[in-house]
Amino acid sequence: MQPQSHRFKQNVSVALQDVQLQKALERVQEGFVDKRAAVVSTLPEFEQLREQGKAIRNHVLDNLDFYLQRFESQVQARGGQVHWAENAQQARDIVRDICKRVGAKMVIKGKSMISEEIALNDALEADGLDVVESDLGEYILQLAQEPPSHIIAPAIHKTKAQISELFYHAHQKLGYTRKLDTVPDLVNEAREVLRSRYLEADVGITGANFLVAETGSNIIVTNEGNGDLSCTLPRVHIVTASIDKVVPTLDDASALLRLLARSATGQEITSYTTFSSGPKRAGDPDGPDEYHVVLLDNGRTEMLAGAFRDMLRCIRCGACMNHCPVYGVIGGHSYGWVYPGPMGSVLTPNFLGLDEAGDLANACTMNGHCASVCPVKIPLPDLLREHRRRQFERKLQPRFARFALAAWATIVRRPRHYQPLMSMGIRILNRLGRGKGRFKSLPMLGAWTQTRDLPAPQTQTFQSLWKKQRGDER
Amino acid sequence: MNKARIGLFVTCLVDLYRPSVAFAAIKLLEDAGYQVEVPEAQTCCGQPAFNSGDFGNTREIARQVIDAFADFDYVVGASGSCIGTIRAHYPDLFENDPAWLAKARDLSAKTYELTSFLTDIASIDTVESSFRGEVTYHDSCSGLRELGVKQQPRKLLDSIDGVSVNEMQHSETCCGFGGTFCVKFPEISTRLASDKVDNICDSRAPVLLGGDLGCLLNISGRLQRLDKPVRVFHVAEVLADMADGAAIGEGED
Amino acid sequence: MSARERILNRVRAVTADKNGDDPARRIAEPPRLIRPDLGDDLVQRFGEKLTLGGGSLARVQDLQQAVVEIELFIRDAELALSLRAAPALKGLPWGDALEVSFGPSAGDDLVSVTPAFCAIAETGSVVLLSGEHSPTTLNFLPDVHIVVVESNQLVRHFEDAWIKLRESGEIPRTVNIITGPSKTADVEQTLQIGAHGPRKLHVIWIDR
Ligand code: SF4
Repeated sequence: MQPQSHRFKQNVSVALQDVQLQKALERVQEGFVDKRAAVVSTLPEFEQLREQGKAIRNHVLDNLDFYLQRFESQVQARGGQVHWAENAQQARDIVRDICKRVGAKMVIKGKSMISEEIALNDALEADGLDVVESDLGEYILQLAQEPPSHIIAPAIHKTKAQISELFYHAHQKLGYTRKLDTVPDLVNEAREVLRSRYLEADVGITGANFLVAETGSNIIVTNEGNGDLSCTLPRVHIVTASIDKVVPTLDDASALLRLLARSATGQEITSYTTFSSGPKRAGDPDGPDEYHVVLLDNGRTEMLAGAFRDMLRCIRCGACMNHCPVYGVIGGHSYGWVYPGPMGSVLTPNFLGLDEAGDLANACTMNGHCASVCPVKIPLPDLLREHRRRQFERKLQPRFARFALAAWATIVRRPRHYQPLMSMGIRILNRLGRGKGRFKSLPMLGAWTQTRDLPAPQTQTFQSLWKKQRGDER
Repeated sequence: MNKARIGLFVTCLVDLYRPSVAFAAIKLLEDAGYQVEVPEAQTCCGQPAFNSGDFGNTREIARQVIDAFADFDYVVGASGSCIGTIRAHYPDLFENDPAWLAKARDLSAKTYELTSFLTDIASIDTVESSFRGEVTYHDSCSGLRELGVKQQPRKLLDSIDGVSVNEMQHSETCCGFGGTFCVKFPEISTRLASDKVDNICDSRAPVLLGGDLGCLLNISGRLQRLDKPVRVFHVAEVLADMADGAAIGEGED
Repeated sequence: MSARERILNRVRAVTADKNGDDPARRIAEPPRLIRPDLGDDLVQRFGEKLTLGGGSLARVQDLQQAVVEIELFIRDAELALSLRAAPALKGLPWGDALEVSFGPSAGDDLVSVTPAFCAIAETGSVVLLSGEHSPTTLNFLPDVHIVVVESNQLVRHFEDAWIKLRESGEIPRTVNIITGPSKTADVEQTLQIGAHGPRKLHVIWIDR
């Protein structure tokens, strides 16, 4: 998708006024936050598991070359193929070539953020392929021609009425002419429509929640079972995954799975956790004839080498956005690209650069809620601050902000000048505001006073009062 | 017996906006048996520079704070976010400077947020105050998540006869202040402040307390713009029985 | 140089001097990781967690009763008494009441019956392996999925399932850990059973 992160502020204004969106966002609290809290409270080992999760992911990053090669050799030993892509273009080409070679006409897809990151659907459709998303949320968005607004619940911003409208228009040609108004009816209709598509598809493309080096397996975690159908029924199964997805063993994967569902949806485990290792074996009555894994770098090796290495621990659970007060009122589309919320604000500037996505790094109050729930303890606020450090170094912040900061710092660094200066300023402000106790507007502070009164200073500065009091006592 | 010496970290907002908070802190600490001093060579913890990515100036300001407070047994301040900066972030700033790293760690280890110092270190569990009525409490983010301040202020408030805390919904959700965030993204900030105001009003308590002046200025500003009659104090003012004057943003008229 | 080489070289450049655990060793002998405490009654825990995920459980004494229970369950669901079973279950005393065929599903079977490799007490899950005698399509295409589990197949944690799996030799093409029926909350966060896969998951537990 065309990045819209540079329009962040405009996007925010639109989102805050969008009544439907605001209604939808209210559901994040009940649907995710409360459920997570409830399930975490029943597992006394949860904090230890987070610490362990962090350690496992760090160990992988420290030995990434080993585990990637081990994964590759295990996939090959089981008759699968591993393809390496340095960037989105290469990844798209690999998938397109496979589809072309096997004469594919139709592709069914499980949910994959990597597929979004490399804009795979557009490329396949340009080749004349029929591409169908099978995750219900992704399917809704495909009909709406919108990007996901959440990494776990991609269509969380859509209301039932909007979905009903989309289905009504899209399914009419298939003979479904009733407008539906209940959730069961909507889900059933999608089930029926998509069922035939699974059976027709030549190629199934899924993401990977983890790749297991021990066995060469890819793991997908779903509640719907769509990913499983996508990797069982078509002749060819292609996995699109980034290089950071690998974990050492089945045991390590289990340790992380204990964190994933709880952090993501507040479940102890999802309905389906599926390990696929290679194409179907001799004698297998079902399963794909070909199995491919596309391993994508796309800037991750650069992150591995630098200050954003911790971000590569991410297991894409979405807890950070569910708990982010900013995400909670602006929604995922405001962020303007594939990854929203705190993890997106760290990732997007890494992928698209600070010129495109610099606002994201600043749109955070540093409240720390995200880091406090992250299952692998990524210090998200610190990483956002690292982006700000780079912006400051490259002088990317608005000139006025830089000037104000420099002026402020000059004074703050000189206490002997600071105190008389502040004392004078505060006396004046106090005199101006004492009557009402607050200001309705102040020059240069419109950003505050447009929507908030600004309390007036109480009296003089504490330091001058204190000095006086000490003097009197003496 | 020699009393332990505390250096009061005033914080820039208390210095400029609400000296009564610092006086309240001094009273509480002295009542707890400590000798309190206020080093003159302090201005701000450097957070605005830090969160703007200006690490150079932050480091200079940090050195200033480290020097000013080097000689005290403890450093205490009535703000979760300033104390959080000193405790949680100063050491990171000097990762590559062993001499200063050691000093930053020293400071970090002896620096406390006021209510947490009173309960966790000074083992105070009751305070005397003539304040009466129902209050609700906003948990400021840095105090809560960087320092684990949650039960401490409540415990002290509970010890005052006739004060009860009506918990609001989502007391741990950010009020939208966020330092410079509130003027960089005023729309988002205002929306978060409005949500906070709704929760405060729903609690039906006539008074809002908190431990961080930045948040309190933001919330009281929004409350007043929306004509809500809720009065806002720093928790230290109530605990020290110094909340009989004008609340934040209240005038003489 | 290929993309593979370039990626691996970049990785190597920043992982060159590592200390800490030896990765080859970790794979050869996976270290014991934290396992949640499960209490003592594993069968009860299995049932509770299975139900929490939306599945159901019936406990029987032998294979004969298992077949009776299958029939009852299908009747309760008001479906025709016909099912598709995994070839591995050919030996069950099927009797005459049920119309049983064996093999993978092509999408028009309403009921499937499969064996399991093991059951996990921690999460109330059943683990199914693909293979000549247990087609994966049976786990996903039918509306009702019935799984026959024997009590000696119960393990405590995921990790115990992996120990069993490693002992059994080669990992099969597909390992399915199944915990409850297919569901979705993609429409307004409202939980709805039966998204793409089975609407019912029923475990028949044979006490041995
Ligand atoms: S950053 Fe942490 S909380 Fe956010 S998606 Fe990744 S793992 Fe989950």
